[in-house]
Amino acid sequence: MIRFVFATCLTILAVPAQADVEVQEITTPGGLDAWLVEDHNIPFVSLQLRFRGGASLDAPGKRGAVNLMVGLLEEGAGDMNARAFAKATESLAASFRYNTSDDAVSVSARFLTENRDKAMKLLRESLVTPRFDPAAIERVRAQVESNIRSSLKDPRDLAGMAFDRIVYGDHPYTTPITGSLDSVARLSRDDLVTAHKAALVRDRLYISAVGDITAEELKTLLDDLLADLPEEGPPLPGPAKLNLPGGVKVVDFETPQSVALFAQPGIDRDDPDFFAAYILNHILGGGSFESRLMNEVREERGLTYGIYSYLADKDGAQLWMGSVSSANDRIGEAVQVIRDEWGDIRENGVTKKELQDAKTYLTGAYPLRFDGNGPIAEITVAMQMEGLPKDYIQNRNDMVEAVTLEDVNRVAKDLIDPSRLTFVISGQPEGIETTIN
Amino acid sequence: MRLFLAALMMTALLALPVRAEDEITSFTLDNGMDVLVIEDHRAPVVVHMVWYKAGSADEKPGVSGVAHFLEHLMFKGTDTLDPGEFSATVSRNGGSDNAFTSFDYTAYFQRVSSDRLELMMRMESDRMVNLQLDDSDIATERDVIIEERNQRVENNPGALFREQKSAAQHLNHPYGVPIIGWQHEMRRLDRAAALDFYETYYAPNNAILVVAGDVQPDKVRDLAETYYGAIPANPKLPERSRPTEPRQMAERRLAFEDPRVAQPYVTRSYLAPERNSGAQKKAAALTLLADILGDGSTSIMAEKLQFDKQLAVHTSAYYRGKSLDDTTLSFYVVPAPGVTLKEAEAGLDGVLSDFLDTGVDPEQLDRIKMQARASQIYSRDDVNALANRYGRALTQGLTVEDVQAWPDILQAVTPEDIMAVAREVLDRDKSVTGWLTAPEVTQ
Repeated sequence: MIRFVFATCLTILAVPAQADVEVQEITTPGGLDAWLVEDHNIPFVSLQLRFRGGASLDAPGKRGAVNLMVGLLEEGAGDMNARAFAKATESLAASFRYNTSDDAVSVSARFLTENRDKAMKLLRESLVTPRFDPAAIERVRAQVESNIRSSLKDPRDLAGMAFDRIVYGDHPYTTPITGSLDSVARLSRDDLVTAHKAALVRDRLYISAVGDITAEELKTLLDDLLADLPEEGPPLPGPAKLNLPGGVKVVDFETPQSVALFAQPGIDRDDPDFFAAYILNHILGGGSFESRLMNEVREERGLTYGIYSYLADKDGAQLWMGSVSSANDRIGEAVQVIRDEWGDIRENGVTKKELQDAKTYLTGAYPLRFDGNGPIAEITVAMQMEGLPKDYIQNRNDMVEAVTLEDVNRVAKDLIDPSRLTFVISGQPEGIETTIN
Repeated sequence: MRLFLAALMMTALLALPVRAEDEITSFTLDNGMDVLVIEDHRAPVVVHMVWYKAGSADEKPGVSGVAHFLEHLMFKGTDTLDPGEFSATVSRNGGSDNAFTSFDYTAYFQRVSSDRLELMMRMESDRMVNLQLDDSDIATERDVIIEERNQRVENNPGALFREQKSAAQHLNHPYGVPIIGWQHEMRRLDRAAALDFYETYYAPNNAILVVAGDVQPDKVRDLAETYYGAIPANPKLPERSRPTEPRQMAERRLAFEDPRVAQPYVTRSYLAPERNSGAQKKAAALTLLADILGDGSTSIMAEKLQFDKQLAVHTSAYYRGKSLDDTTLSFYVVPAPGVTLKEAEAGLDGVLSDFLDTGVDPEQLDRIKMQARASQIYSRDDVNALANRYGRALTQGLTVEDVQAWPDILQAVTPEDIMAVAREVLDRDKSVTGWLTAPEVTQ
């Protein structure tokens, strides 16, 4: 049931609702753990599978293998070629989405109760017996190469690639998950088979299901779906050594508006100060129109359409990141304002009112996220990957409320580090020179 | 959109919930404001939206972008709210808010805990008539929309190309002018232009209230009468009529070059009829035609151009049925390495002429109809998308009944209907063909 129990609402300020999503933790006879939220209102199920590792499992010299492999899962499996597989999926009105990121391969499935078994049989084929037909490989390789070529002329992607090269040293994060034109051209069918065996393994798998299915039905479904995947794969790469020297790197690209990414070291999700940092970020640049950066850079000066900061928590790297775009003749001023704000919040902290406003927003908004089978499945699988217990849904707002002004301002002093705030800017920014080699 | 945020506007599903009639209540206030309530009691969330039947295509000549500019300025304050206080109040109540502008509508929304609905109505009804703008707000926000155009359009050769193509498609209708505005006209937008648009179009008799989520229709009616019902109708609201297209008698061709183009492509668009109230059959056939020709790897374009001949790395077809006036059916072909745009275009022409000869594959049509039926189930999971679907429909000349009839109309479309509309619409005289390329590098 998707239900929320409200605390009494007497004032005009938000008294946080409490999310009361009932998560069942199940273990299948085959030994798979999963979270289930049963809701029989609508006759379909949202199923989320996350395999930890993702593109970080690319072997040396094989960058892009996991991404290309995942792109081929729906391009022929079992006795079906790509078109037969697509036709079968359409006939069932099921939807399977396969995605690669730095740290995970994600499979998002949505299927009707009326043909659930057939849909799961299809999904199983794509996960367990993908064909990697040569013709399909060449077709998808050409698509990936087309995307890579587009990235090489996209100012945001150019900034991102330069940023990764500077920051992540010799970790896989240092290059795009798609691979380069060179590395993708060299990938063989064997590389894809190897990547498949490495990335889709049971002991790094996280599962959530939400919707019209019982615990017993789900257990059977999951064992049928996943029993034949390998138990384990190669080791994960571990943490990256971050290089955030401060200063600026300019990527020259002829376009009217510069795109800037900026970052300094972040904080781990498990750190006791995580929530203090999270609230601090909300006030600095996370809180949409109410954040300091949005107020100073956009509302006061009109220098950009949007500016954000966020805590980026990858498996092997924690960063405090942000981005802004401004015309080439205005980006210099935007960068200066960001640096000023970065220093100011460290020196002077936040106000009691800012903290209170951030808390009422964060606690009020949290239960609103749980508004459908699809969103609940995504939230609950992400929680498992982050190692959060299921009662986090009920306790999270208390953790936000427990943060004090002293906590936030202490964390601002300890963690905010203007000397390591590093900018990578693509475009032709006026008055800005590269200081990072 | 005032701010790039979540994916709220991403999808345009075409069906509606199976039990739509049970969950939807509509009524009209005495001042002419239409109200629609969509119930979903699974979570204590409400989406409160006000849609104005005024968009960029309703602008006067010379002030392109003013509808969108006004959308930004609507957050600047009223007689009783300071600039920024609207969003700050929503945020302090744990909600989020935003707005978006299109050719035919401008919409404002908040997503909050359902017990905060009254506060949202109080503020939204206030800014319908009490907007206060000073000149410094105007200058700063104009810089913001110019940066928004930089981000969305000037930094993106594909977006610049689409603007040029759309201008060529429409000989007389304002759909040829970009929603965000032409850059040179945006620079001259001022307070007077914004207020002129505001005073002309922002009135209860030109607005639709959509409230979706954990609410009771009676309660919504009471609140709507209190807050929106108190605002008098604008008796001078102009009739909604725009310049219309003359006969289009010659195909147009564009070659757009930009060194930032990494992946050339060819596109062709044809002027096409839109969904009309009480007469949606042709649009339903066009919707299925676009799916048959270019939706996904089982479409004819994918089969012929990506699988059989491997001329293309990507193909698609697109038809936007919801539109107040004539819309387009368009095709995209991204050629494979070594394939020229001329060859890609010839491939597209081959697909279209073969299709006109061979007709519809009934199995493919069945699969598409099955997916349309299923989308009625899936769409019940997303009340935001439902609210958007109705808001768009009601500002683009359709009624609640039209939206509810649409799934059955889609299911009733025959192969003959599809072929008839294909023969009618695939008329080169009404088309624009565009090539997007990087200039040749000279040594």
